[in-house]
Amino acid sequence: MNARLSVCLSTLRPALSVFVLLTLITGLAYPLAVTGLARLLWPEAAAGSLAPSHRGAGASVLIGQSFSDPGRFWSRPSVTAPVPYNGVASGGSNLGANAPALREAVAARVAALRAADPDNALPVPVDLVTASASGLDPDISLAAAHYQAGRIARVRGMDRRAVDALIDAHARLPWLGFIGEPRVNVVLLNRALDGVR
Amino acid sequence: MTTQMWMLLATFVLAVWLIAVPLGRVLALLVERAPQPLAGVERRLLRACGVSGAEQDWRGYAGALLLFNLAGALFLYALQQLQPVLPLNPQHFAAPTWDSALNTAVSFVTNTNWQGYAGETTMSHLTQMLGLTVQNFLSAATGIAVAFALMRGFARSAAAGIGNFWVDVVRITLWLLLPLSVLLALAFAAQGVIQNLSPDLTVALLEPLHTDAGVVGSQTLAMGPVASQEAIKMLGTNGGGFMNANSAHPFENPTAWTNVLQMLAIFAIPAGLCMAFGRVVGDRRQGWALLAAMTVLFVAAVAVILTQEQAGNPHFAALGVDQAASALQAGGNMEGKEVRFGIAASALFAAVTTAASCGAVNAMHASLMPLSGGVALLLMQLGEVVFGGVGSGLYGMLLFALLAVFVAGLMTGRTPEYLGKKISPAEMKPVVIAILVTPLLVLLGTAIAVGSEAGRAGLLNAGAAGFTEVLYAFSSAANNNGSAFAGLSANTPFYNCALALAMALGRFAVIVPVLALAGTLAGRIRATRAATDSVSAALPTHGPMFVVLLVLTVLLVGALTYLPALALGPLVEHINLIR
Repeated sequence: MNARLSVCLSTLRPALSVFVLLTLITGLAYPLAVTGLARLLWPEAAAGSLAPSHRGAGASVLIGQSFSDPGRFWSRPSVTAPVPYNGVASGGSNLGANAPALREAVAARVAALRAADPDNALPVPVDLVTASASGLDPDISLAAAHYQAGRIARVRGMDRRAVDALIDAHARLPWLGFIGEPRVNVVLLNRALDGVR
Repeated sequence: MTTQMWMLLATFVLAVWLIAVPLGRVLALLVERAPQPLAGVERRLLRACGVSGAEQDWRGYAGALLLFNLAGALFLYALQQLQPVLPLNPQHFAAPTWDSALNTAVSFVTNTNWQGYAGETTMSHLTQMLGLTVQNFLSAATGIAVAFALMRGFARSAAAGIGNFWVDVVRITLWLLLPLSVLLALAFAAQGVIQNLSPDLTVALLEPLHTDAGVVGSQTLAMGPVASQEAIKMLGTNGGGFMNANSAHPFENPTAWTNVLQMLAIFAIPAGLCMAFGRVVGDRRQGWALLAAMTVLFVAAVAVILTQEQAGNPHFAALGVDQAASALQAGGNMEGKEVRFGIAASALFAAVTTAASCGAVNAMHASLMPLSGGVALLLMQLGEVVFGGVGSGLYGMLLFALLAVFVAGLMTGRTPEYLGKKISPAEMKPVVIAILVTPLLVLLGTAIAVGSEAGRAGLLNAGAAGFTEVLYAFSSAANNNGSAFAGLSANTPFYNCALALAMALGRFAVIVPVLALAGTLAGRIRATRAATDSVSAALPTHGPMFVVLLVLTVLLVGALTYLPALALGPLVEHINLIR
């Protein structure tokens, strides 16, 4: 009996002590060290890339927001619950390509864009009428931004060329043409738009 | 714009190979010993833990491995249940239900990282760090340890032992995974992945939001130590996201560069292990042959997903939607995708994450086009051998290599041989068991789920798409992938328990036969390479002929097993779409 107990202990001891050792190193020392280093080296990024604002804590430039004012650029549709662009409930629609609900949602989004801009008969860029994966996408494609430029110029009484120039000033293009996508950050673009006035 | 896709793919494959060569050197070294200054530290740590470091036979190795993983699962379960009374829980999250905690514990210990819960509203910072991050490391180290043991089985001649599990797991964690994770975590943090211990942060909205419930003027953002977990999530092919949206969340994967780094990190160790295998068995061509077979299957899969996603959704065209790629937009099927990744980087990521048993996602797989979703499914169902999980990809592919030489031997009427070892029924028994375990789990599990009320209750999409959700869930769980067709509401007692069982058996009912195989192989006498090369009848296992044979074996086993199920799911869905 005693011999069996000692065999049992001799296998249990490495199991438990190796587990405790590696848990402390990878579960406490490692994340805390990275937290310290990140705070030291890139404090803004580690805290969420918050843009300074005159109204208290500014928005994160990485997290999108919902816009419905026709005088602003609209973001991509977000299906987070209970409100769009909910920063604590990320996720997409998970609707399959054949789902009737997906077709209805896209049709309704196209209709809303057309209603806000009746003169614009161009086809709608696809990212502007499809829900993003995270529900927090901060970007729209350059095509989606230029598609809205006419509406914004009309509502704001601006020159269309000034709106297009603002988009171009904020445009981000793929590196070497294949890493990244042509896009513009909606939150930053709308802030700049509000500054023009 | 389509040239952009192929540029990205070509650059990516080249970069994986370039990483695999030096990494394979390091890994091959670690199979034998820790590099010099570290070896002393390792010895002292092991002695303090009561580890002698003596060689174990396969039973001893397997016993230690199972005990270690059991300890990990019990600890992770307890940590979740105790999180309300433990520190670093700024949002005061309650304990998850017993079935959710059980599912999560099994999921992270088995390197699956299937998630029935939403990270940012379920797990405290302490649980994420001390529970989930730890198992990200340890499950990866376990997988690599099994690959080390099998490599030793091939390399050794008439040996009793296959290594020491405790030595392997400590060495892999401390000298391989930890330094790589620190570097990667810092690179992520520099690019904008958050890393803090703060509570949720509330920021003002630029434009107040008018909802049925009133006007909302602010936005709340989830915070936490994300970068440190993100690094090992990728390097260890774990894939469990800190946030619900996983690598689609801008705080987990903020730029095109972090996305490229994440994809490279997923493939780095699986590809490196192929190179290490070649070195350990003393013939580097053997490693290249495995890597070539994996690459062929991978590129074929990417090609389907890329073209399907770029072609877009035919339903949208009629609605006046512009899906054409141009200099101003990615176009294509953007439902469930992020603009910063577009089509190319989303499709490539989908193939990478399902080819390797990672399961992180930067686009929602449920919203992929039916054939793309089908290819993602098939990549998992092939047994996660196309790069595969860390360690499990290599040992899985080696099982198929043995099957390939065995079949070739039967066809030519010669005794099958691999790397100078005769392959007899004693070796083939564990091979066949290990290859058949996962299909059994996937098909039985899916059948039980779609045949029961509790299983059908969780479906979001109807018809073939709904069937695919269930098939995907069991394929993902049994093959330890962890990605999901997330329309399925899987956080129910039925799915939590059924999938936990599939994950546990899919992991350990494969590992134990693989270790048995390693033990049998180690005991065999190995013919020298000169002797093997001179026997003209033996099938050379390093040339293009063998690569083709290996690819066909993998495809044949996968296709024969899963074609009926795939026909009922993604194929029917595709026909519905183009009809």
